[in-house]
This record gives sequence, structure tokens and C-alpha cells, in this order.
Amino acid sequence: MTNRPKSAPKSELRPVVNESGIEIKPLYTAEDVEQNGGFDFLGRPGEYPFVRGIHPLMYRHRPFTMRQYTGFGNPVQTNQRFKYLIANGQTGLNVAFDLPTQIGLDSDDPLAYGEVGRVGMAVDSLRDFEIAFDGIDLDKITVSLTVNGAAPQLIAMFLAMGEKRGYDAKALRGTAQNDILKEFIGRGTWIYPVKPSIKLVGDTIEFCAAAAPKYSPVSVCGYHIRESGANPVQEMAYAFCIARAYADEAIKRGLGIDEFAGRLSFNFNIFGSIFEQVCKFRAARGLWAKIMKEQYGAKDPGSMWMRMIAGGGGGGLTFEQPEVNIVRGAYYALISALSGAQTMALCCFDEAYTIPSEYAQRISLRTMQLLIEEMGLADTVDPLAGSYYVETLTNQMRQKMEDTMAEVDRQGGIVKLVEDGAVQSQVSAQAYAMQKDIESGKFHKVGVNCYRVNEEEEHEVQMHPYSEADTQMQIDSLNRIRGERDNAKVTAALARLASDARAERNVMPAIMDAVKSYASVGEITRELAGVYGRYQEPIRF
Amino acid sequence: MTGGTDRRIRIVVAKPGLDGHDVGAKVVVRALMEAGFEVIYTGLRQPPEAVTRIALEEDVDVIALSSMAGSHLPFCQKLKPLLEQAGLSDKLWIIGGNLPRQDHDALRSLGFKGIFPTGSKFDAIVTFIRENVQ
Repeated sequence: MTNRPKSAPKSELRPVVNESGIEIKPLYTAEDVEQNGGFDFLGRPGEYPFVRGIHPLMYRHRPFTMRQYTGFGNPVQTNQRFKYLIANGQTGLNVAFDLPTQIGLDSDDPLAYGEVGRVGMAVDSLRDFEIAFDGIDLDKITVSLTVNGAAPQLIAMFLAMGEKRGYDAKALRGTAQNDILKEFIGRGTWIYPVKPSIKLVGDTIEFCAAAAPKYSPVSVCGYHIRESGANPVQEMAYAFCIARAYADEAIKRGLGIDEFAGRLSFNFNIFGSIFEQVCKFRAARGLWAKIMKEQYGAKDPGSMWMRMIAGGGGGGLTFEQPEVNIVRGAYYALISALSGAQTMALCCFDEAYTIPSEYAQRISLRTMQLLIEEMGLADTVDPLAGSYYVETLTNQMRQKMEDTMAEVDRQGGIVKLVEDGAVQSQVSAQAYAMQKDIESGKFHKVGVNCYRVNEEEEHEVQMHPYSEADTQMQIDSLNRIRGERDNAKVTAALARLASDARAERNVMPAIMDAVKSYASVGEITRELAGVYGRYQEPIRF
Repeated sequence: MTGGTDRRIRIVVAKPGLDGHDVGAKVVVRALMEAGFEVIYTGLRQPPEAVTRIALEEDVDVIALSSMAGSHLPFCQKLKPLLEQAGLSDKLWIIGGNLPRQDHDALRSLGFKGIFPTGSKFDAIVTFIRENVQ
């Protein structure tokens, strides 16, 4: 059944254009580098414009953090998986929440039926955070919360849980994804309309800058925009436009750029051509530094750093021949390491089917550990620097990113384009074109449109069991908390929250109070939605 | 098919439940439109009641769900009686997305005639609809 892709006759050279639309030559020389900006915008690692890395010694000083995306069922089960990963050498946590939690519903909400604990851990109140992180040293293991719409509540729960355990909020590190603009483009866990959603991101930035200055309240994601159909240049350009929207919101509140920009971080995707990906990251690092320095007047080098998790790669993995995803994951990890990512995570080989098994998670972890321990990827900073090809493509990619950002600005800015549904429509049209190219065989996908095997030869994936009993346990626990907590305190905290929201004050202090009194995710969301309303998705094709 | 022979086949493509993964739904919408069907896309987060109401109001021939986040069985168990009560049993019900093989029989017994798991081709979906709309 193996069907090789057709190759061009020997006499003619197959033209190659990368996903970002740049023509790739069969050979690059010093002349190409010269004609494309030379080495002027390169510098040294740890120095502006940081193309070669944000730190002088990068992984030689400290290897990338390994942070697999994990969470399912209830906090008890997730805590066990966290400990399994830490015992296997994982150095950070990246928490997956179930969909009800992510969109601000309690586990007993009728709309949550069938979804509690299914794609992540269910969280209803502070109690769930206490259980999920029990026995985990928050000084040693940093925690990344993959939550957006409900990020204000969950950031508050994390900080409150830390405080209860005796950590100083001023020293507590960690990250929340909290990038709501990209949720309107892809991923879809929005709650409120666009403008109040941005306001809430501003609230978290402002609040953390004062109360938890080491905490990273936002991780701006190109990742999901890429998954939704954007090419690598658009992935970075749209993410930077979004990051600027948040920075503008923070500045509007009177914050100086250097008071918060150092805590902005990014989350990007790693599937695709190795060289296009590595050049994408090098180019973007320089461009972000330039934007922060020239457009925002940042003085602190930390404000200019494009700190990133570069990982995942889900869009590149296949349902067909899933075991081959282990190999894809290894190449993706290589891309991430060659790109100087601060943090790495890999989608597991079984993830197109199910919640990853312990076995699959361990393989992903070992894949990253191999790079450090056996493959020499942590020995030398930016090892591809100076390559004629890599430096040429880095400069070309940066130019394209700048052009794309300028185009967004010309069309009225990213906020308007998201509100109108224009970005959504554009990336979805590209996803469709890509799918057609895959179906026609124009774009090769191993195991999908070439080198296929018969269905009987396909590797059987173990499915993660979904347990109704665990869902019931979560609902019972929520009801118990509602009975035990001081409900007068909850009511007062929620009333203050609604009043602060109406008065357009920063709602984070009120949310902190509410979560400390064990108000639920759903209760807090209802108060905010009562003031802000709910998002209506624009449908555009 | 109701409404005369020249009427185009009308399809509602719905995103059931809370799942936000709409890349697949949207590319299928485009493929169905290009194939000449009239397509109504619901957008995200449709509870069973909303899917039923939209299918009824839009007078569709085909009810198509796109599910990526694993809650297809509980959702379809709730949807089936609602569609039946609304008199939509004679419409073509199809579903696509991340649908493990072990669930296909259950989906069929819930009334879903067409099941299109990850990896299905546009042509297969289009042909199936043309051949099965009454």
C-alpha cells in the first residue's frame, strides 16, 4: 500500500516555497546573507537584538524547562500525574483544565454535562488548587496555568493557594496563559465580549505587577493561531500584534513599559520545516526586541526579551500511524532547542486520540532529556548561527513578519480584525487550502497521503478511560464546600466584585477575596458576565 | 428532499458542547459550500436544544456535528430524543471529528448514519450526503 510521492523528472529542479511564502534556494552563499541584510541585526547572545538568544550562556547555564501539558479528571488524579512526571525528571508543570473550568462553569452546571474532567482537570474552588498542588514545592517547580477566559479566577486561586502554604506572593513564580485575543481566533474558550476581555487581561497585568511581580500573568500565543491555519510568519506577527494590544492596555493604566514587559512571555508552535521554524524564532526574537525598544521605549533588556515556550506541535502530528509521531516529536524538540526556547513541551504520540498515557508522557519527556544528556544540544548557544541559509532566512522571515504586522495596522489593528472575525476567516481559509493540498497530495504528509499502511497495520492506541465516578466526586466536593464555607462572606465578596466591575475598577483584588472565601469559578464568572455580557461569535466565511 | 427538486441540500454544521476546536468544522463548511450545498454554521458551544432549534428553524436536510474533545456520546444521547421530538428523525444525521473506533457502533445506534473520523476526505463526506439525503 506504500505510495511514494511523485518526484519531478531529474532534468527540472523542483521549486520549493516554504509555508511562509519564501522561495527556498538549493544553495546559499555569503552573497545571499549580504543581499538580505547581512549580519547587522545579529549581535551576541544576551545582547540586543537578542536574535541569538536572550541569555549569554543559554542552556550551558540552565537547560530549557520541560513542561508537559497535563491534567485530567479531578485534582486528586492530576496531582498523582504531576508527581509521576516530576519523579521522571520533569522540571515544570503545565496544567490542563477541563472545558467547564476554562469557560467559567461549575462542575454541576447543566452545560458542563459530559465534559467534567474530560480534557483536563476540573476546578471549582480554591480547594481544588490546594489538592492539585499538594506536596509540590512551588520554589522548585514553576507552574503554568493553561487558562484564558477564566484566568483571573485561576491566577487568584494559584496566588491564594501559594499564600496559604506560606509562600510570599512577591516571590512566587509561574505563568498563566491568559491570552484571550487568540481564543477568539482559535481554541475558543472565550467568555465575555472582546473589549472587556482585554480589560481583564489588563487587570491581571496591573495587579501582578504590584502584588506578584515575579509572576508572568500573560503568555501570548501564536501557537493556536498557527493550529488554526496561520503560516509561521503570521503566527508570530499576529501574536506580536496581540501582545502590543495588551501592552497598550497596561500603559493606559499608567504603568511604565519596564514595570510589566519583562513578565510578558510567549507560547509558539514547532511543527513544520526545521529551518523555517528555527529562523522564525530567531527572527521573531530580534523583532520583539526592536518593537519594545523602538516603539515602546523600553530600557530594561528584560522588557525586550521574547521569553518563550516553544513546543506542542499538535498540528503536525497525525492520526495515521501514531507511533511515527514519536519521531516527529523528536524533530520538533530539536527545533525548539536549536531555537533557544526557555521552555519545551511536546504533544504526545497518542494525543490525536486521547488524553496521553503515562507511557506516552514519559516518552515525550525522555525525548527532551535526550537532547540535553546525549545529543549536545545544551552545550553551545545558537549553534546554527552563521549558516548562510539560516541567517538569510532569518532576515527574510523578520521582514515578512514586519510586513504582516504593518498590514494588520493598516486594516485597523488586531482588536478590530478579531472583533470583525476577519482574522478568523483568513486563517480558516488557509486551513482549508492546506487541507485540500494534503488531500490532493500537493503537500506531503507521511502516513496520510504517502507511505500509508492498511487499517489492520495501524498501531492500536490505548484510550484514556473517562470516569463518571470521578465527575460525581468533583460535584460532591463542590457541594460540600458550598455547605462548609462562610456563605455571607462569599455573598459580600461577589457583591464587591460586581460593583468593582461596574465601576470599571481593577477586579483582581475582589476576585482574590472571593476565591479566598471559596467562591466558585462559576459564581465569579456569573458576576462578571452580568456586567460585561457574553461574547457573540461573528460567523464569517 | 423537501421543497421541490431544484432546492439545494441544506446542512447545519454544529459545534456541540463546550469544545472550541473549530478548524475541522470550518474547513468542512467550506468544502460543503464549494460542493454546492447550502450550509448554516452554528459557531461554538451549542447545547443539544440549540442544535435542534437551529435545525428546525433552518429547515435543513442534514444535521452535521463536529466533535473533537471527546464528549460526543453524552451529547448525542441528549440530542437524539430532542431531534426525534422535533420531528427531525427523517433528516440525515452525521458526525465527524475525533471519534474513536470503539464508539462508532454507539453513534450509529444513536441515529448517526454517517461517521467521519479524523482523516476522512471531503469527497467522502460530500458523496455520502448526496447519496443519503432523501
